Amino acid sequence: MKILTGNDLKHGHVVWWDGEQWSKFVNSAADVGDRGEAIIAREEGAQRVFAAYVIDGERDADGVRPAHIKERIRALGPTVRPDLTLKPGDPDASNWVI
Amino acid sequence: MYKYDQYDQQMVDTRVAEFRDQVRRRIDGSLTEDQFRPLRLQNGLYLQLHAYMLRVAIPYGTLNSRQMTLLGDIADKYDRGYGHFTTRQNIQYNWVKLEETPDILADLASVEMHAIQTSGNCIRNISSDQYAGAAADEIVDPRPYAELLRQWSSFHPEFLTLPRKFKIAVIASETDRAAMKLHDIGIQMVKNDKGEIGARFFVGGGMGRTPMIGPMIRDLVPLDQLITYSEACLRVYNRYGRRDNKYKARIKILVHELGKEEYTRQVEEEFAHLLTQDIEPPLAELERIKAMFVDPPFEAGANDDLDLSDPDFRLWVERNCADHKAPGYIVATVSLKPVGGIPGDASADQIRLMAQLAKDCSFDELRVTHAQNIVFPHVKKADLYKVWQTLDEAGLGTANLDTVGDIIACPGLDYCSLANARSIPVAQKISERFGSAEKQAEIGELKLKISGCINACGHHHAGHIGILGVDKKGVENYQLLLGGSEGADTSLGQITGPGFDEDGIVAAVETAINVYLRERKNGERFLDTYRRVGMAPFKEALYD
Repeated sequence: MKILTGNDLKHGHVVWWDGEQWSKFVNSAADVGDRGEAIIAREEGAQRVFAAYVIDGERDADGVRPAHIKERIRALGPTVRPDLTLKPGDPDASNWVI
Repeated sequence: MYKYDQYDQQMVDTRVAEFRDQVRRRIDGSLTEDQFRPLRLQNGLYLQLHAYMLRVAIPYGTLNSRQMTLLGDIADKYDRGYGHFTTRQNIQYNWVKLEETPDILADLASVEMHAIQTSGNCIRNISSDQYAGAAADEIVDPRPYAELLRQWSSFHPEFLTLPRKFKIAVIASETDRAAMKLHDIGIQMVKNDKGEIGARFFVGGGMGRTPMIGPMIRDLVPLDQLITYSEACLRVYNRYGRRDNKYKARIKILVHELGKEEYTRQVEEEFAHLLTQDIEPPLAELERIKAMFVDPPFEAGANDDLDLSDPDFRLWVERNCADHKAPGYIVATVSLKPVGGIPGDASADQIRLMAQLAKDCSFDELRVTHAQNIVFPHVKKADLYKVWQTLDEAGLGTANLDTVGDIIACPGLDYCSLANARSIPVAQKISERFGSAEKQAEIGELKLKISGCINACGHHHAGHIGILGVDKKGVENYQLLLGGSEGADTSLGQITGPGFDEDGIVAAVETAINVYLRERKNGERFLDTYRRVGMAPFKEALYD
């Protein structure tokens, strides 16, 4: 699947396009097919996001998983600071990255 | 320490106001990201893997306690309670918000700090010896010269759009504690046979994808020509540096391709021309700056003895402290590398604690080292035990300077958008593997440096043991290098062979250390043994 990610303009945090709006959670990411560039143009033009781009991902039993480790770390947070990730209560969260 | 005059303060305040307006226009949509990006980068604001990151300049790594306290407060107020001290003697905040950045810069300006020229193709923060002004072996305090260069290079209209970024280091002792020869320009303050002080220039060093040791191009530039000669070096680079290829744009490539002799000839020609233009600031300006770097009022006759009956304190003193030029005083390094910790990270509370200790016990001064530690440059020996106890209670009392636990590591793929692999988890595993004081004492001095990509922010080329993280078909992989050094005996590490996975690289480091322990003679350091026996026994142990 093709998923769309970028950064929130004011706060800078990583966001994912869920089909209607931007979410902090990669599990919300929608398959944008070949519509990614059009969505980017519209959303960046409206100042809702910046530095957006399309990446490969897959949906498995655990949810949406970006294809590349760099995007998985973007999706979770720094593996060396579990307290600062989106799953601070999950000690095994960083295993998902690897 | 240098204190801003009205011009310095006005420049910084004006920049804050300018950036505040730029941020406002970015948020309201008047500026696109393409238009805004170069503006934010000129103010040290990057977009990293998770968020905006702000890099704050710490000129030649020198801070007072008020500044250090503010750095801790910024971590609490605007970030997530910690900061990351970098290999450029700066500090980075990983989670700042765009809309709050002007307020951060305003806070910084209130204590004579800023984030200007911490990014972009300009002359970056001037780095120096963290023991400057305190070291027993320096011929002069290098910081007034670094400050003069800072003033010359700040907003220098000719050098704000260089072919690539440009880094300068200034030292003033034979012992190079600043990796001086691995900078675009390395300057060593020296004294000639007549007792005159001048500047020895090394140009064209650097790490990154094409590491080079900068060759010496001038043995001694007189003090009243320091800026003129620097300008000549920059002008030749600015004129002929490769702007067509980012990867060949650093001055090291120009010096290498022209050859040292031809580059030097062109610099000397430009220098002769510039001498006719009278661009050198008056020596009175250097004297004005020097007056702000006079020694603090050391107590005459201060007790030079230390009670080392506490074995843990003794270990810390032996490992983390260095001789001071004044009797009764000592230079103390605070390791930001606790066993299993994140190299260079410090919590807001730790930052403020170090500020308070500096105020109470180090004449209000601190230094950030390129090895991502903090130095108290002027501690009275009578106060040292109390200082260490306070540090130790705060998790800052680790005795591991220049050992395998004192690892330099870039933020790597946990934070950096350029990285290919994570650096910090590797550093943590190695730190834990060799965490015991006994093991570190057995191994002795061993400088281990890790970079998460070829840009080499973790100085892997200069590690006795270096580790370079690469992306191997989407999987982290780590190359091992041996034999690098950043001191007076600067050398570049050599890759041992095929890379390793995360666990494999930790085991490979242990294998290399075991070869060293087996082969060493007469108290050799790891580096000495490697240089004597060569790569062969290490490769044999690693790959056979």
